[in-house]
Amino acid sequence: MSQRLRLWLLAVGGAGVAALLVAACLDLPAFGGRRHPYGERAVAASLARHTANTIASLNFDQRAYDTLGEISILFAAVLGCLVLLREARDEHRAQPQPAEVALPVRRYALIALPVALLTGLYVIAHGQLSPGGGFQGGVVAATALHLLYLGADYRALERVRPLGVFDVCDALAVSAYAVLGLAGLLAGTAFLANTLLPYGTFNTLSSGGTVPLLNAAVGMEVASAVVLLLAGFLDQAVEIEEERGS
Amino acid sequence: MHVLPYLVAAYVFLTGCYGLATSRNLIHTVGCLAVCQSSTYVLLLAVGYRDGATAPVFSDLAPGSRPVVDPIVQALTLTDIVVGATVTALLLALVLQIAKRHGTLDPDELRELRG
Repeated sequence: MSQRLRLWLLAVGGAGVAALLVAACLDLPAFGGRRHPYGERAVAASLARHTANTIASLNFDQRAYDTLGEISILFAAVLGCLVLLREARDEHRAQPQPAEVALPVRRYALIALPVALLTGLYVIAHGQLSPGGGFQGGVVAATALHLLYLGADYRALERVRPLGVFDVCDALAVSAYAVLGLAGLLAGTAFLANTLLPYGTFNTLSSGGTVPLLNAAVGMEVASAVVLLLAGFLDQAVEIEEERGS
Repeated sequence: MHVLPYLVAAYVFLTGCYGLATSRNLIHTVGCLAVCQSSTYVLLLAVGYRDGATAPVFSDLAPGSRPVVDPIVQALTLTDIVVGATVTALLLALVLQIAKRHGTLDPDELRELRG
């Protein structure tokens, strides 16, 4: 298809979609309106189960089954990336050379690393109380480790990041989530129903029944997944080289 | 303007579609897909907004003292972001392999299959 014909087709299709979208927008409930029936019920359910952060209650209690699907997507995508980014037959691993790092960068990275790591763990641990949770905290914790790559070099990062361990952690975290769901079945309730543990005192670390446990499992999974993904891409950029003359 | 946020979402989506169709570089294509996806964040958060409301987190807020925005669409947005990030990573890994095997990133030059 020629470039010109393609643009025409796009213009016609785009105009049609745009007209439909505008018509749909004009018919939506007004922006900022007071009527949120589902939201109000979700807030009530969250408060009834002593979970201060309604989003965490939604993700790990009311929609816990959807989150199982979501972390399965994450797991499958990481698996796919690692398969795609593996060392091919006509490639080999080169030893990356240590590079000079400007002193202020090195200092800043080494000071920020423990702070960022702690922040990540804090965000995971307080997922059911304050904004944040396993997904957000996992990303913060995993990126914190990579400050070592900025501050020192790739070999230092490889020493603190045994990929085999993170592989196992990733799989363990997904299974932990499923096992917590199955525990409900064994105890005579439903899969992933939050009726297994006592709900605890509102606004404390142990409140919310199974929410903190599922949250921790997701935090572990996301942190391992991000480390593995970045390792795949960094290996491609830093270590893996094509064989010469092939 | 009570429909402006929804229209912004539609505009962002169509911009992403235009980029996808006219892209001459696969990394740019992946970026355009991310733009399309961010339109859903705008739409979801706009649907859930409530005038004068605050975040639905009750650790420092007495329940019932203030209206809160719709938490359901926020949870959906979070799901959306996570899935979007992983799909972007997977697509970028594919692009990397295409660049290695075919030596080009232009989708128009990737016509024939090669073993």
